[in-house]
Amino acid sequence: MKRIRYAVAAPVIAVVISLLVAGIALAVSGHNPIDAFQAMGSYLKTADSVVAVINRAVPYYVMGLAVAIGFKMNLFNIGVDGQYRLAALLAAAAGAAVSFPPIIHIAFVIAVAMMVGASWAAIPGVLKVVRGVNEVVSTIMLNFIATGITAFLLANYLRDNSVKLVAQTKPLPESAWMPSLNTPLGWFGINLPKDTVLNGFLIIAIATGILIYLLIYRTRFGFDLRTSGRNPSAALSSGVNPKAMIMKTIMLSGAIAGLAGMAPLLGDYHQYGDTFPTALGFTGISVALLGRNHPAGIAVAAIVWAAIERGGQNLNSVGVPQEIAKIMQGTLLLSAVIAFEVVRRARLRAEVHDAAVKAHPRSSDPGEPLPALAGGGLV
Amino acid sequence: MSATVLPPQPSIEMAPDSAIGRLKYLMASNAILRATVLCLGFIWVLAVARVLADAPDMTSGPTFIAAVGATSPILLAGLAAMYSERVGVVNIGLEGMMVLGTWFAGWAGWQYGPWAALIGGAFGGSLGGLLHALATVTFGVDQVVSGIAINLIAPGVTRFLSSEVFVGNGDGTITQSPTMADSIGRFTMPFTSGGNFFGWHTPNPLGWISEQRWFFISDTAGFLVGFTTDMAYTTMLALLLVPASVYVLWHMRFGLRLRSIGEKPSAADSLGVAVYKMKYIGVTISGALCGLGGAWLVLDVRAYNQDQVAGRGFQGLAATIFGNWRPVGILTGSGLFAYSQALTQRLGTNPVRALFLVAFFAFLVLAINALRRHRFPSAATLAIVAAGALLYFTSTTKIDSRIVFITPYVVTLVVLTFSSQRLRPPAAEGKPWRKGETG
Repeated sequence: MKRIRYAVAAPVIAVVISLLVAGIALAVSGHNPIDAFQAMGSYLKTADSVVAVINRAVPYYVMGLAVAIGFKMNLFNIGVDGQYRLAALLAAAAGAAVSFPPIIHIAFVIAVAMMVGASWAAIPGVLKVVRGVNEVVSTIMLNFIATGITAFLLANYLRDNSVKLVAQTKPLPESAWMPSLNTPLGWFGINLPKDTVLNGFLIIAIATGILIYLLIYRTRFGFDLRTSGRNPSAALSSGVNPKAMIMKTIMLSGAIAGLAGMAPLLGDYHQYGDTFPTALGFTGISVALLGRNHPAGIAVAAIVWAAIERGGQNLNSVGVPQEIAKIMQGTLLLSAVIAFEVVRRARLRAEVHDAAVKAHPRSSDPGEPLPALAGGGLV
Repeated sequence: MSATVLPPQPSIEMAPDSAIGRLKYLMASNAILRATVLCLGFIWVLAVARVLADAPDMTSGPTFIAAVGATSPILLAGLAAMYSERVGVVNIGLEGMMVLGTWFAGWAGWQYGPWAALIGGAFGGSLGGLLHALATVTFGVDQVVSGIAINLIAPGVTRFLSSEVFVGNGDGTITQSPTMADSIGRFTMPFTSGGNFFGWHTPNPLGWISEQRWFFISDTAGFLVGFTTDMAYTTMLALLLVPASVYVLWHMRFGLRLRSIGEKPSAADSLGVAVYKMKYIGVTISGALCGLGGAWLVLDVRAYNQDQVAGRGFQGLAATIFGNWRPVGILTGSGLFAYSQALTQRLGTNPVRALFLVAFFAFLVLAINALRRHRFPSAATLAIVAAGALLYFTSTTKIDSRIVFITPYVVTLVVLTFSSQRLRPPAAEGKPWRKGETG
């Protein structure tokens, strides 16, 4: 019971604070916060909004998983942004250059993307393992480098020359298009409105989430990964090779980041160009942080993130600037990470207290916590 | 950030006899001499490249004027990173703090003129710094996470503010502030660079020499022109903050306290330094400097623009690491970034192509250095990179602007890779500290 209370406390606090901040910002600027939130809420109830939210949330979710794998062992792969863009470009170009039967073609494009993502992520991995370069800084630099390389390759080598005005790759043949889920949903009697397409990548995203969950929480590798994150010296003495662990984790993270870019590529855009979504990487980081690096939590976070975006689109109809949605996302993220930390500390304090009570059962007021437990950042 | 290794200790032996040995000995102890020698060496390499590639623009006065200007925002972000990391708080949120600075500078400049923009920028940035301090110092949130959050929040906040404040006023839009009426003044040194002296238009000897194409002499003159001609007062302020920071951090009690927090907070705490307060001060100074960097960008074009910051916060972070968390080093790092940017802006002929020649020389020297220390894998890698640079230089006539865009980042990565053993970040950097804790 207590556990659940602690788990729920932080997200609730965060949501309340973010609504409060957004409400105050709106009130100060002379808008009615209630109207604004109602406009968002009512817009989200329509069927095409639900589909749109899911379609948006799918790449966010996969990207969140990619980031979370690294975060689980305190490896900050900020480079997911560069990894997925390079992966999406090369996968789009490779997919358009070959012809395969339908399913195999999709698998081929995905495989290329994951390999490119993993290879690009291997660079900060090698730099960290061999030269001790901090991955936060190296991946930030590599994001810029990936931006330059992607633009360079697109402009000079991979561009579809039959299109003059926009720089984009050749479109993927239809055998590499992700089928939509509209038809299967119809079998269950759910008929989506016209012109709304539920991206079939949803299935792959769910499968990836389950696989990552199993990998992190149910395998030896996942155990080593979590141990390395929580207590590197304990991991080392239990026989984990930290360097190999770093390489495996960051490359896996990069591969999943490459996969995330496939949701818009295969299901929607079918080619890589200037209009391809760009900030996916940073959204993934936010979603992973909000979801506490847990596959289920990230799913909720991705949907919330996408819902705020979608709901925000309707704000203009009541004369409220839709940028308030960005403020809601930002404050939600910041208050969530603060709330998680505060709740974590409160919980540790409570545990110390409980332990002290157990150790001195006669005294109703344990006073000072046990000396052995007093250190270590608990108080 | 990287493996913690003690800095190279100055040799206590007697000065060696050879001239180069004696110079090295003096350089190790005298930072100004070291900087001068390094600058002259850099100019000499550029001069060689200029002649070989026949690219006079490489070392012309206007190029250096542009480069010195472009240095400022990166330098300010770099100094900002230094103040934050010197109190042990990693600041990935520089970019976001700069964005906040640009908005407030744009607003204040539009309302009250260019000098108010500087104050507005510093104010806006310090709001970001305070937020970062609140999250990391008071609540103990992971410093990287908090920085990422600030980077995400800042653009949303500024867009919202723009939609409320700028839209409908003059040429203001959701992405842009109304243009401010005045611009900040510019300064040209009299007697050396043709500035006015009590209304008298003095001659411009440096400018004349720099146009003569004399090997090394003209190049050095071009370099000096960059620091003495048509310099915005904001740029001058940024450059002056380098010696000011050296003085504050290494010659004042306040600076010693500030740095001690980043090295060993518990020791500082036991000696009565208010650790939390100093951390707040350091991170807020960091935010304010970011904001000044943002204000520089705003004053450069007399308006706030969305996406104006364009990665300069991250470049500042890179410059800080490049510069080993020291002001003069940060100036060098941001100067290199800015120089390659200034060349990019003057693209069209082949000055940037010559950079690859410079890169060839640089990597060759590094490779020989590695070879002498018997680091064969490093030497081989460096030699391959050097060969690649030379090959690119000889095989292309016109370089792609996107390749130029990535050069500074590649340089930073290379510096990180090959000097991570030499770098010495503050020892307690990145570690949350609670009062009563050891460590």
